[in-house]
Amino acid sequence: MDFFVQQLLNGLAVGGIYALVALGYTMVYGVLKLINFAHGDLFAIGAYLGLTLLVSCHLATILPPWLAVLCVFVLVALMVALIGYLLERVAYRPLRSAGRLSAVVSALGASIFFENALMLIYGARVFVYPDFLRPDFTLNILGFSIPGMRILVIAVSVLLMVALQAFMLHTKTGSAIRAVAIDQGAARLMGINVNRIISLVFLIGPALGGAAGILVGIYYGQIDFLMGWSYGLKAFTAAILGGIGNIPGAMVGGLLLGVVEALASAYVAVAWKDAVAFVVLILILIVRPTGLLGERTADKL
Amino acid sequence: MKLGSKNLRLAASALLGLLIAVLPLFLNSYWTDVCVSIGLYALLALSLNLILGQAGIFHMGHAAFYAIGAYTTAILNTMFSWPIFWTMPLAGLMAGLVALVVARPIIHLRGDYLAIVTIGIVEIVRIALVNDIFGITGGSNGIFGIGRPSIAGFRIAKSIHFYYLVWGMCGISVLLFHFLWHSRLGRALNYIKADDVAAEGCGVDVAYYKLVAFVLGAFWAGMVGTVYAAKMMTIAPASFNFMESVIIFAVVILSGGSQLGVLVSAFLFIGLPEIMRSLTESRMLFFGLAMMLMMVWRPQGLLPPLARSYEKIVSSLSKEAETKGEK
Repeated sequence: MDFFVQQLLNGLAVGGIYALVALGYTMVYGVLKLINFAHGDLFAIGAYLGLTLLVSCHLATILPPWLAVLCVFVLVALMVALIGYLLERVAYRPLRSAGRLSAVVSALGASIFFENALMLIYGARVFVYPDFLRPDFTLNILGFSIPGMRILVIAVSVLLMVALQAFMLHTKTGSAIRAVAIDQGAARLMGINVNRIISLVFLIGPALGGAAGILVGIYYGQIDFLMGWSYGLKAFTAAILGGIGNIPGAMVGGLLLGVVEALASAYVAVAWKDAVAFVVLILILIVRPTGLLGERTADKL
Repeated sequence: MKLGSKNLRLAASALLGLLIAVLPLFLNSYWTDVCVSIGLYALLALSLNLILGQAGIFHMGHAAFYAIGAYTTAILNTMFSWPIFWTMPLAGLMAGLVALVVARPIIHLRGDYLAIVTIGIVEIVRIALVNDIFGITGGSNGIFGIGRPSIAGFRIAKSIHFYYLVWGMCGISVLLFHFLWHSRLGRALNYIKADDVAAEGCGVDVAYYKLVAFVLGAFWAGMVGTVYAAKMMTIAPASFNFMESVIIFAVVILSGGSQLGVLVSAFLFIGLPEIMRSLTESRMLFFGLAMMLMMVWRPQGLLPPLARSYEKIVSSLSKEAETKGEK
């Protein structure tokens, strides 16, 4: 029982990270109907920038750990948001009126570009996050001793998701984003600056992705330049699982995928965990073709 | 559009064919090998073009069927010492069969949902190969010691032999797919791509035709897998990862959808990184950059297919009616 609960919580922590990255995919898809394959690499860039700030810029030594981490979260979110914004301007905006698949190839190119840029700048080896940032307390809940790190990762990701949802539902800008997602033309007629909204989405999504990158660095303690592909693919899977374009769907999909993976590696075999995740995805899509929370809309009607 | 005129394209195709035929005379064995590799990608892209370019199915997992073909050949050849060319139809059938089984329940999924499922298929196949499924795939080391093919006693072993084998297959594929495009199936696929709801409304069995395109494309990729296994003599799961699928996918999208475009785009995509080899480490950085720039420069692709001519459709329809009447 203890083993099961630990695996479940581990799954929720990983799932929370997947969900944060998945939000970037799903928000961009919502407004542009584009799968931004470079999003995973923005997340990896976040992890590397975080490391640079903590170690090379000595933030971790001149500030108390909690303040250093907080600063790093804010700074990295800002920097990755800027990269996301530039990416949209350079690689996606010129293709907006072309076929959707052209933009997908551009996104794949951007992904290869970022991945290799990371490799060239930092080198191909695995990098280690300073381990004194990892909180090492354990919580005792209902007789289970739970590493505080897990609780913190789950708490941070849930907090960010709730904040995003509140922003989307209760602010004017949030409504504008939802309006653009539903119908760009109509949104424009209502006086919404569509280009600005799209840029905004490319700021919010990458910011969350960058934050997720730091979470991975702190949680697992190590990062490598290929993590953008693996986590990106997982997060995209999560977004599809929940119904792409749907923000609560990305959260549910991410958490579910994390739990499925954790349980698969615990009870099936670690080597098969990715395959199990994809099989579960395919099975769910057979039953619910537009994902768990996706609306059943008919195309082109 | 001047370049779009039919005769110009025909002339360009003939010129390209001629160029490919005499090219090895001017190449050393290294560059011949590069051209064999370009030919393999061109074949894969031609088969994906049927699925992605003609039918508009968002398929990003073509490497899975390529892998199944290559492994079928490798296993039959090394374990049961079948001659390579005998394994080729079986490699195709195996890939087609797997495609049929996995695509049957998911073919109706909307574009992007289908994309992730096909990515999932690549990953599942790769993981299964790495984990040595059924104990016959050799795990992450793969299978080595695959034999050379021979036709009527002639042993195909040198790069130059493979060059003509691969590009000969390309020529045959281009012709076959050309006839396919001008057949009932081709028209149905184009209709589905343009508007599947309208196609369904006009009595086109959308799921059936999509499935036919998918299985046919997978069959072709499986046969290309045979050639790859014979050329390399050793295969491993790492050669069939998602990145391979991405490259084949990008070749098709950059081509714009015509077969001539596919060949040109294969040369660009596979040849460019070879030319940039002097950049060593930063090669892929520029490759990614080039991918973005090429799409921004030509969003519609290099050479989109020409519009169908109305007279030709009418005449082929009346021919079909005649042959039916004769029966």
